[in-house]
Amino acid sequence: MQRLPGKDAGGRQKKSPPGLGAGSGNVIYYVKLRQARPADIMAELSPDGKDSFMSKRKIWISGIKDGIPIGLGYLAVSFAFGIQAEAIGLLPWQAALMSLTNVTSAGQFAALAQIAVGAPYWEIALTQLVLNLRYCLMSCVLSQKLERGAGIGHRFGIAFGVTDEIFALSSLRSGPLSPFYSYGLMTAAIPGWVLGTFLGVVSGDLLPADIVSALGLAIYGMFIAIIIPPARQDKVVLKVVLAAMLLATLFRYLPLLSEISSGFQIIIIAVAVAAAAAWLRPIKDGEDHAG
Amino acid sequence: MPDNIYLYILVMALVTYLVRMLPLTLLRREIKNVYIRSFLYYIPYATLAAMTFPAILYAASSIWSSLAGFLVALLLAYRGKGLVTVAIVACAAAFLVGLIPGV
Repeated sequence: MQRLPGKDAGGRQKKSPPGLGAGSGNVIYYVKLRQARPADIMAELSPDGKDSFMSKRKIWISGIKDGIPIGLGYLAVSFAFGIQAEAIGLLPWQAALMSLTNVTSAGQFAALAQIAVGAPYWEIALTQLVLNLRYCLMSCVLSQKLERGAGIGHRFGIAFGVTDEIFALSSLRSGPLSPFYSYGLMTAAIPGWVLGTFLGVVSGDLLPADIVSALGLAIYGMFIAIIIPPARQDKVVLKVVLAAMLLATLFRYLPLLSEISSGFQIIIIAVAVAAAAAWLRPIKDGEDHAG
Repeated sequence: MPDNIYLYILVMALVTYLVRMLPLTLLRREIKNVYIRSFLYYIPYATLAAMTFPAILYAASSIWSSLAGFLVALLLAYRGKGLVTVAIVACAAAFLVGLIPGV
């Protein structure tokens, strides 16, 4: 089902990015947006094509604004992490240091259980590798999305902040990715992760349990808000979303599949679905594939 | 308690950073192949969808409050509401359903 934004009630049109409301063939608009910067960013470029200090700062601030919901969601999730860290005897700054240097939820939760029983270092390293290998896939996407001319220093820099949520916002933003946008997201998100951890350790029972548990939905709500609008616009994206959710359900409940670690499940599903979509519906620049 | 917690943290941080950093620094040239480009284009949607469902059903304390949050998020996202609105209202819905006795 494809509805044109012009026919929608409730001011839907205002919210959609420019150029996305033209009915069929929206993928092409995405592709074009990726190549050409939006006019407002373009205007901030100085004549020699290099971002001026002011425009870098503006991009950084827009990243901070977009990153605030991530930071709030992190605050809730890492609060729960802090409570668990306290339970195995970590001190507040130790837990906060782990959050600051790792910035990964599943990996850190898994490590707590291993640290508690004094697991060998190689075992911890292997678990982190398996649970976090999905970041490798995300970094591949970002390596192509980064604006040309982003030097190796910036690549080292943004690598630090490749999390599920920061990846979600930076990979689906239109136009090439400025490293300063990523830095903005990190500036808003990572303090939330570290502060929540610290507060969880020192004051675990300060917040009522039902509020903490309801806040666990924040991150998922954000993911839904990110993927549903483009899925409405483009049937191929909609099928990708539905197929991935269906596979994730199978992996969760079927006997053998459910024994695969969650990090690995995500990799298998994402690679399978994206490969099938790329094979069946490759995106060719300047050519309408949706017809 | 572990003998050296800081060494544990260092090992974790090192592995995690390498996983994130290597593709970004090694894959610096622009990929021209249309299939690989399309693959990378679809990856974010597939990843986020697989991470969201069915995991969201276990995000809150009971499956009913999670389900309420999920449906509210779907509805608001379908109407094009922003990230913050969707996230906060979904949490509120889950919290309110959680208040119903027996749920």
